[in-house]
Amino acid sequence: MKPAPFEYDDPQTVAEALDLLARYGDECKLLAGGQSLVPLMNFRLARPGRLIDINRIDSLSGIKGDDGMLVIGAMTRHSAVEHSTEVAGGWPLLTEAVGWVGHSQIRNRGTVGGSVAHADPAAELPAAFAALDATFRVQAKRASRLIGWEQFFVSEFTTALAPDELVVAVEVPRPQPGVGAAFVEYARRHGDFALGGAAVTIKLDAGGHCEAVSIALLSAGPAPVRATSAESMLRGAIVDQASIRAAAVEATRGLRPTADLHGSTEYRLRLLQTMTQRALIKAAERAKATP
Amino acid sequence: MTRKISIEINGRLAEGEVEPRLLLADFIRDVAGLTGTHLGCEHGVCGACTVQLDGRPVRSCLMFAVQAHGHRVATVEGMAPDGDTLSTLQQAFHESHALQCGFCTPGILMSMEAFLREEPDPSPASIRAALAGNLCRCTGYQNIVTAVRLAADRMQSS
Repeated sequence: MKPAPFEYDDPQTVAEALDLLARYGDECKLLAGGQSLVPLMNFRLARPGRLIDINRIDSLSGIKGDDGMLVIGAMTRHSAVEHSTEVAGGWPLLTEAVGWVGHSQIRNRGTVGGSVAHADPAAELPAAFAALDATFRVQAKRASRLIGWEQFFVSEFTTALAPDELVVAVEVPRPQPGVGAAFVEYARRHGDFALGGAAVTIKLDAGGHCEAVSIALLSAGPAPVRATSAESMLRGAIVDQASIRAAAVEATRGLRPTADLHGSTEYRLRLLQTMTQRALIKAAERAKATP
Repeated sequence: MTRKISIEINGRLAEGEVEPRLLLADFIRDVAGLTGTHLGCEHGVCGACTVQLDGRPVRSCLMFAVQAHGHRVATVEGMAPDGDTLSTLQQAFHESHALQCGFCTPGILMSMEAFLREEPDPSPASIRAALAGNLCRCTGYQNIVTAVRLAADRMQSS
């Protein structure tokens, strides 16, 4: 099918985009990579009256890392993250996560900011950002602010963004030296939405005890879930098969992933446990291999 | 409101005055008259409409034509060096029976041409992974993998 008619602006600068957002707010929709929005428009499930296309704002794309922080511009394409040596060197969890996003043709257009603003609970990057305690830089004409991932993701397809606000960048703190990370997910076909997945970071001490750990789940609830009680269970414990298994079970306690034709709630819970277990095993192996 | 746009397609400027809602795929087919780019699912899943935007494979059903204004687009029509000769990749598809009905072929060629530029000596597994974004319901993919590998061999030895 074809999209319904809309008004179209393609500002060249952030200031112009913010002007347009301030003027039109709820009546308009931002067009980033379009890999989720345009399918919805083609089906006429979405019929925005006006699109503000931010693809011509060059200052919104780019990857910059330093000792403390990785800053990814909102319009950075998934493929740029995928192939960035900077990201692979310091934030390998993101490299692994982004490889699961759609197909290469989708990753050539899809953007980091678009993914977080779309807030699909099955999306890879929001879960990876949750595991890495990322913060989102947000601008409006009236003010700018930083929003932590936990406040940012409100519910499915719902964020804390006001109608006049634009995500301009994602800030990801550099993981401590010695941290191992892993991202795993399961989908029926390559490139499909994940039925369940886990993003994990872990640091071990010399005796094999867990010094620090983060566990984030995708397709587990309306927003990315941090399994905090499983994390505290693991912290200080010897990381072995038994403790990993126990943490994986704990990670899904209290969750009720929505059943659909691809899987019941029970199936999805079991899947999430398995994904968590695999991610923890992989991340712990990598942590051991890291000097 | 319509907009005047011009897009360089296969080295030639294509111009038109279009509604913003016109998909790039429909511009390529209906305005530029290049009907080699096929539209299957129109929501980014099947890959039939894959073209190269500034050298990178993208879904032309998930972009508006106005967004490609000032950019370079490559379609299947630009692959063959002339009317009588196929490109190395096309020739390998022809010889390996890598197509039956041919509906998916333009999208696959666009994806695989860019893939071989990035990875000139791919393993069968990596060819399969790269093919994941293009659906073919005829071939079972075996001969497509064979053809891509054959093209890689010929490109490397030439």
